[in-house]
Order: sequence, then structure tokens, then C-alpha cells
Amino acid sequence: MYDGGKIITGLVIGVGLLLFPVFYNAGKAAKAPERVLTEKAKAAQKCVEPISFMKTEHMKMLDEWRQQVVRDDVRYYKSTSGKEYYKGLQTTCLDCHSNKSKFCDQCHDYVGVDPYCWDCHIEPKENQ
Amino acid sequence: MNFIFSIVLSSVVVLILVLIPWIGVGALKLDTLFGIIIPYIALFVFFAGIIGRVIGWARSPVPFRIPTTAGQQWSLPWIRRSPLENPKSTAGVVGRMIFEVLTFRSLFRNTKLQFRSGFRIGYEWEKWLWLFALAFHYSFLVVLIRHLRFFTEPIPGFVNLIEQLDGLMQTGVAPVEGFMLPSVMISGFVLLGAVTLLVLRRILIPQVNYVSLPGDYFPLFLITAIGLTGVLMRYVLKVDIVSVKELTMGLVTFRPSIPYEIGVLFYIHLFLVSVLIAYIPFSKITHMAGVFLSPTRNLSNNSRFVRHINPWSYPVPVHTYDEYEEEFRDKMIAVGLPVEKMPEEEAGSAEEEKE
Repeated sequence: MYDGGKIITGLVIGVGLLLFPVFYNAGKAAKAPERVLTEKAKAAQKCVEPISFMKTEHMKMLDEWRQQVVRDDVRYYKSTSGKEYYKGLQTTCLDCHSNKSKFCDQCHDYVGVDPYCWDCHIEPKENQ
Repeated sequence: MNFIFSIVLSSVVVLILVLIPWIGVGALKLDTLFGIIIPYIALFVFFAGIIGRVIGWARSPVPFRIPTTAGQQWSLPWIRRSPLENPKSTAGVVGRMIFEVLTFRSLFRNTKLQFRSGFRIGYEWEKWLWLFALAFHYSFLVVLIRHLRFFTEPIPGFVNLIEQLDGLMQTGVAPVEGFMLPSVMISGFVLLGAVTLLVLRRILIPQVNYVSLPGDYFPLFLITAIGLTGVLMRYVLKVDIVSVKELTMGLVTFRPSIPYEIGVLFYIHLFLVSVLIAYIPFSKITHMAGVFLSPTRNLSNNSRFVRHINPWSYPVPVHTYDEYEEEFRDKMIAVGLPVEKMPEEEAGSAEEEKE
């Protein structure tokens, strides 16, 4: 091999950089956080829309709600189940999901999402 | 090869690659195959392949110095030298490589030959390729670093920082309700734009078109498909990213598991990425390792003061002139041939004769 020392060093550095996540997480069993439902949410049994929809689309729904409430004064949302809901993060969503740290933050932190809901909205006081 | 054929061939291949996981996961429910087995195989092929390629290059001798000497070399002290364009030492080479790898200097030097007025040839600076390449590679890097959020727990600060900077515009708010949510990442769109420009360059410039093969179009189309599925997944056909991270974390901690129901789109994205990763060592994309080993960049121009011996030179028994003269001196003097070194007595007598 010619210039073997330099090339192997470079190769080790390169491969090491690419394997960064493996070293970084070595030995950790990073379990996905479990969603925790409050008693009230459990009792209600269903959310505004089906869970699979809420999982992937809640941010979009909240944005639409804000737009419609703030700009167009459309206050009520007709769910696909036929039920009407009052559009409000604090009044409707947090009514059941009052456990922000377990219901919102856990997963947001897990996937590195930092939503700016609480720039304007008041964070719920959780009774620990 | 006809360029239309090249384009059609590579786009058909990419299309098939999109269809494979679509059918495989969507219809046949082969989640484990596409979510665990294929990514691991791809990573293995990538690392084995790239190490093999680098070792292969390392074993090839580079007997002679072949750096591109695009500037004045080191000579007399009063002649200004160009240490980066014509490096004399390792330090110069390191500087040259840093600029090459980080700022694509050799693309920046690209010129275009053309007739200016009448038949006078002129060389014009041609910066577009350099610009697209910079946009492409750096947005790709940002996209790659942002994806670390799926591969690390807890997520390191620099990943969050880059994501915040990337989403600086906060375009999520408007104009279409809920369309651009979560916040828009600029890098994804710059990447897609730059790839498009690189494809258009190959199609529209006749000279580039002429030298383009399926191997040039295929990676571009594959990266386009990866970018499109990624953007689609983020903004339009959303998938449950908590489950996605569960899968990716399982892969990097070697405790693979398939979480409950992730959208097919994710598996298409993952499969295309796996194909790209496995394809790297056997294609032009291997320049990610090759750039460090290109002799025209990483050799110093020192042929004038360091002797380089070809390692595969066959040991030839040589008979130098000195040895030759030593052997035949008497005979040469006898017939009056000039010699380099006169024997002592002969030299004395020759001088006497002159007088």
C-alpha cells in the first residue's frame, strides 16, 4: 500500500463520522415515549378525529383552526363523525389533554420538534 | 449512447425502484424486509464497498507527480509563487484539498471556450456548474444533518440549531392554511431545485449532453425521487414520525423493530435511500471518498527537488559510462579516443608531448 498510514487514517475518520449515530447511541435503548392520556381523555374515548389522523395531521388542523378563528371568525369545527367542536387549543384540546408534558412535549422532544404554540397560548398548570 | 435512451432508461429504473416498496409494503406487507433487512444490507454494501474502493486506490502506485499546476511554481525568491495552485509541500496540498473539498475550487475555475468577435477565441468564466454544485452539496449536507434527529436520542444541540436556521423563514404560517406545516425547511427545496438545474444542464448543453450516460442521469433522478418523497412526507402525505423514529433508532442501536403502521411513502423513501447508499461505492458518487485520493489534487509539485522512483521499475543491470571507460580506457587511449579520466602516467606523458 502506498501512503497507507495517511489513507487508513482518513478512512477511519470518514467511516467514524458516518457511524456517528451508532457510537452516539451505543448501549442506549431509546424507547419511543408512550402517550399518556388523562382520565378525562380516556373517558371521552375518541378525539376530534380518528387517532391515526390526529397523529399525523394535528399540526395542520391546529394551523387551520387558528387561521379560521383569527381571520374568519369561524368558531365551530364539524368533525367527520358529525359532532361539532369549538375550535380552541386551550378550551377544547387541553380540556382533555391537560397533561402537556406527557401528552405534547414528550413526543415533540423525541423527534426534535419545537412548536410555537406557547408563544401566545398560556401553558396549562399541570397538577403534578 | 443516445441521450433520450439514457434518460428514459434511468427514469424507468427509478420508477421501478419506487414501485418495488409500494407493492412490497403496500400490498404484500413485507415491512420487515423493507424496514430492516434491506437498510442493513445497503449499509453493509456501502461500507464494504467504499472501504474496498479506497484500499484499491491505496494499492495503486502513483509513481510520478501529476498535480495540475495551475499557477506559478516555487522557483526563485523574487518570482511570486502560487502556493495553492502549485503546492510545493504538504501544507500547500492540505490547503488545496480544503478549498477543493469545501468550496469546489476546480469547478470554480471552469471556463467556456467560445468565439467572441469573428474568429477570435475567448475563454469565458462559467460559474453556473460551480454554483449549482455548491447549492446541491450543501443543501444535501444540511438535509443529512437534519435527519440525525431520527438517529440520535437525545438529539444533539447542533442538529436542533441547524433545523432552526433551516426553518428560519417560518413559512409554515401562510399562505395556504395548514399546507406548509410543520415549518418549511429551505434546504429540501434548494436541494430539489439544484438537482433540477443539474439535470437541465445535462440535457440543454450539447457538449455535456453528448458525454452524459445513464450512470449520470440515474443518481440525479434517484436523488430527485428521494427529495420528492421526503418533501411529500413532510408537508402533504404525512406519516407518524414518532413511529419512524422508533424504527430508525432500532436500526442504529441494533435492536430493530417494526412499529405499528407507518405509511407506505416512508418505506418508498427508505428503500430509495437504501438503493442510493448501496449504489454509492459502484458509481460516480463514490467521489465522496475519491476526491481525497485524486492525484491531480493531492500531490505536491516537487519533482524538481525530490526524486520519485517508479516502484514497479524492473531492476535493470546497467553499465554506466564510468564503468565502461574503466573497462576500455587502455584501448580507447590506444586508438586516440577522448577519455574523461587519464591514468596518472599517461596524463604526465601527454602533457610532455604537448610541450
